[in-house]
Amino acid sequence: MWQYIVRRICIGVVVLMGVSMIIYGLIRTAPGDYVSTLTSSNPEVTQEMVDRLNELYGLNDSIPEGYAKWAAGVFRGDLGDSFIEQKPVAEVLSSKMWISFWMAFPAYILQILIAIPLGILSATKQYSKIDYAVTTIALMGMSLPSFFFAAILQRIFAQGLGWFPLSGMKTARMDYEGFALMLDMAKHLVLPVMVLTVLGIGGLMRYCRTNMLEVLNEDYIRTARAKGLSESKVVYKHAFRNTLIPIVTILGGMIPGLFSGSMITEGIFGIDGIGNTALTALRGGDIPYIMGSTLFMAALTLVGTLVSDVLYGVVDPRVRLK
Amino acid sequence: MAKDINLEKVVTPGQLVRKRFLRNKLAIVGVFILLGMFLFSFVGPVFSPYGEYTMFYFTAEGEEFSSEDTKGYDPAGSGVTIANKQFPSRTHLLGTDKDGRDIFTRLMYGGRISLTIGFVVVFFQITLGVTLGGIAGYFGGKVDNLIMRLVDVIYCLPTLPIMLIISSLLIAYSIPQTQKIYWLTLVMGLMGWASVARLVRGQILSLREQEFMVATEATGIHPIKRIVKHLVPNVMPQLIVVATMGMGSVILTEAAYSYLGIGVPFPFASWGNMVNVVSDTIILREYIFMWLPPGLCILVTVLGFNFVGDGLRDAFDPKMKR
Amino acid sequence: MARKTAEQREAVKKMREIAKSNKAVMKKYETEKKRKNVPASEYQTTMKNPNNILEIDNLHTYFYTDMGIVRSVNGVNIEIPQGKTVALVGESGCGKSVTSLSIMKLVRGPSGQITNGEIRYNRPGGAIDIVKTPIKEMQTIRGNEISMIFQEPMTSLNPVFRIGAQIDEAIKLHRPDVKKDDVKKQTIKMLELVGIARAEGVYSCFPHELSGGMRQRVMIAMSLCCNPKMIIADEPTTALDVTIQAQVLELLRDLKDKIDASILLITHDLGVVAEMADYVVVMYAGRIVEQGTSHEVFLNPKHPYTIGLIKSKPVVNQVVDRLYSIPGSVPNPVHLPNHCYFKDRCDKADGRCNSGIPELRNIDDEHKVACHLYKEGNK
Repeated sequence: MWQYIVRRICIGVVVLMGVSMIIYGLIRTAPGDYVSTLTSSNPEVTQEMVDRLNELYGLNDSIPEGYAKWAAGVFRGDLGDSFIEQKPVAEVLSSKMWISFWMAFPAYILQILIAIPLGILSATKQYSKIDYAVTTIALMGMSLPSFFFAAILQRIFAQGLGWFPLSGMKTARMDYEGFALMLDMAKHLVLPVMVLTVLGIGGLMRYCRTNMLEVLNEDYIRTARAKGLSESKVVYKHAFRNTLIPIVTILGGMIPGLFSGSMITEGIFGIDGIGNTALTALRGGDIPYIMGSTLFMAALTLVGTLVSDVLYGVVDPRVRLK
Repeated sequence: MAKDINLEKVVTPGQLVRKRFLRNKLAIVGVFILLGMFLFSFVGPVFSPYGEYTMFYFTAEGEEFSSEDTKGYDPAGSGVTIANKQFPSRTHLLGTDKDGRDIFTRLMYGGRISLTIGFVVVFFQITLGVTLGGIAGYFGGKVDNLIMRLVDVIYCLPTLPIMLIISSLLIAYSIPQTQKIYWLTLVMGLMGWASVARLVRGQILSLREQEFMVATEATGIHPIKRIVKHLVPNVMPQLIVVATMGMGSVILTEAAYSYLGIGVPFPFASWGNMVNVVSDTIILREYIFMWLPPGLCILVTVLGFNFVGDGLRDAFDPKMKR
Repeated sequence: MARKTAEQREAVKKMREIAKSNKAVMKKYETEKKRKNVPASEYQTTMKNPNNILEIDNLHTYFYTDMGIVRSVNGVNIEIPQGKTVALVGESGCGKSVTSLSIMKLVRGPSGQITNGEIRYNRPGGAIDIVKTPIKEMQTIRGNEISMIFQEPMTSLNPVFRIGAQIDEAIKLHRPDVKKDDVKKQTIKMLELVGIARAEGVYSCFPHELSGGMRQRVMIAMSLCCNPKMIIADEPTTALDVTIQAQVLELLRDLKDKIDASILLITHDLGVVAEMADYVVVMYAGRIVEQGTSHEVFLNPKHPYTIGLIKSKPVVNQVVDRLYSIPGSVPNPVHLPNHCYFKDRCDKADGRCNSGIPELRNIDDEHKVACHLYKEGNK
């Protein structure tokens, strides 16, 4: 097991090197004075910072040399300083990721609570009206553009009904504290959480349905019926426990991704998480942050697949990872 | 006579698939949606009295004229105003946008771009994926390892940041607006082939394991011929499903890029960049006709592809008896 | 080409008709199944012979497929006397397994339906007709009074539950008065009974940790744990290797005597039949072609199909150039001919064989054959 994890991590490091090479290469393909044109528009950026950037990223060296320099920095944990935040990138990332997490986590829980029961219901009643309805809803969720759905929610619930604020993380003019602050922030999170929930729910629902249908066709389900178990016991005990294996696996794999934020939703609702800051960084030419956050997101994807593979071995008694 | 034909001898597998597909109501709805959308986007403009970029103006007296049919007026003349943000009327079925262009006409052209990009990108992804996946699966060993690591890298790359970096590079190299669409399709194709490659490689590997492949080997049929002959029927159904669903997701991604201003560039019409106006809260509140129709177009088209793709998957799956 | 397209068009039209009629039929049966609170009087019945545990009478089980109606079981009559073993023999696809699933009411709906016939079960509280019995009532019979051993030991146990839990479950379900500790004791006793040496250890194993033979023993233990009156063993030894086969059969026979149950043994292995069965029923294409005591059928087979089956079994110590095999294959179950189904493969067929489907006729007290070549009472 540990051997397996270590090997996977080694592969992961290789993959991350590939990812970073692509990102670094992209940045370096920019015309020579790209950095100075980008930074000249930002008065906050001092010459000293530009020098440090050139130093760390080896922008004065040839591409392989520069990459080696940068990679060495990353191994030391030095991702450089963000131009916009004026702080080390690693520090910014570790504080912003929690904001992204607290937006994504409620959506994750809601998705689980809604998608799994509905997916199983539609599998047990295959080709019924309920199944058609659930399938339609699931596919609708998968087909909705996030920015459009966000706009509709903003129009209805923020502008129309005035129940929730349009965007932002807390009411600026109020100095709430303690519980009131939490309540205020929760209110601001309702709409973005709704967007994330609805967008993610479809895929999960379909996944549950497909797996449940597969399990219901297995021989051991027939055995369970032949034992004299009631239909509900057959479905909710015998079939469900087996369906849980792939579901838990995929759900576990989603957890690291909760930290990576979502650019569009965060951008629309002005939530100051990883995604939104990356978006501003990309627009403002904050190269250290762009590279840092992109690498961070890639790493989270890798960790996600690793988590789900390891979970598979833990949950399924048949699988022993090698 | 009709009573006695032996169906199993006459009916081809293709007919069975077609029949299962036609029995799926959602899939039929999807087919009609897509047909409608194609007609709307590709045939519609022929009947439209206006062009994609036609702008409308009001003279000081309030008479409307357009950049194509100036009726003797000068758009730059005194007292002439742009006929923008007009509410839906008989002349402008869905009103005009903030630059005074006819929204209904632009919807058609936007659909043209979205659907074309969808086709081209998916074609590109499939070609690349099948080729590389095929090479990896067929040759195995080092080549396989290399390609699969590349797949891992592509898989981990956060697409949106990469797209943003590339778009700022395009600006830095001052690439003309008209060429950006080609870059967009190219990058989207390059980012999306990984899953297809995985699928094809997996199929080839499992095929190699199977006994009938050993049998063909024993009969001395050329390996490539063998693989192609047995691979195509095995992988084709999945590829068709992936391609259909992929069309939907490419359109969705393109819309998101266009919404962020890094996709289809102005002045070209695209459903995504037409929804973009919602960032203006006044438009979001007062001019629903400007952003709701393009958003719905995206939703409905992607839903159509998803319905059809889902229906095809069920139809191809011989286990999904009903 | 033109002819082909015409044929194709015809086929499409026909498929549409089939789909339409199937839908209506399946709906009818499914609504019937969903009925709640069926009064007991509706499914009570009387046995023809009180010494029988089960009487299958004119059973028809059809599958409504896209290609037409598959008549898997097409008018089958079987009697299973108390405490005896009846073997159901035939090649694959002849409807043996479907017959057994019909007894348990486990035929997969909505396409598979019991369309006609009775399955009378001699319940201690009064005979019932299983076909009409609601599922709710069946659940008290399944695994309790009638239990089933399936063909595929590798896939028939739930992979995520421990062996012990899976057997405990059945005991708890049907014997709610047994105390928790006693349930475990009972399970371990059952495991020991089927010849598992380290029953305690196996109790907390997962199915994948056991070999095929062990799993089949577990399946047998599971089906016997509530002392059923009848055991349906659907090819219990096919998936096992020969040495284990013999052990499992031995085990079944011993256990049968211990708990005084009847067995319906489904197999295509005539060796197994000779060893185990008191009576033999030979099925072909959904119908019975010959039945009788196993002594009679083996020593004095009448139906050409039975003769073929016996001939095609390899015999030790006998040199043959070529093992006999019955020529041809089973007729298409959708388009059954209106003459004897075996006629096209039969080496004794003559003009009489075209005159309708032969009825099952007594040629002896305990021997019935469905063949035009034999007349009632005629040896």
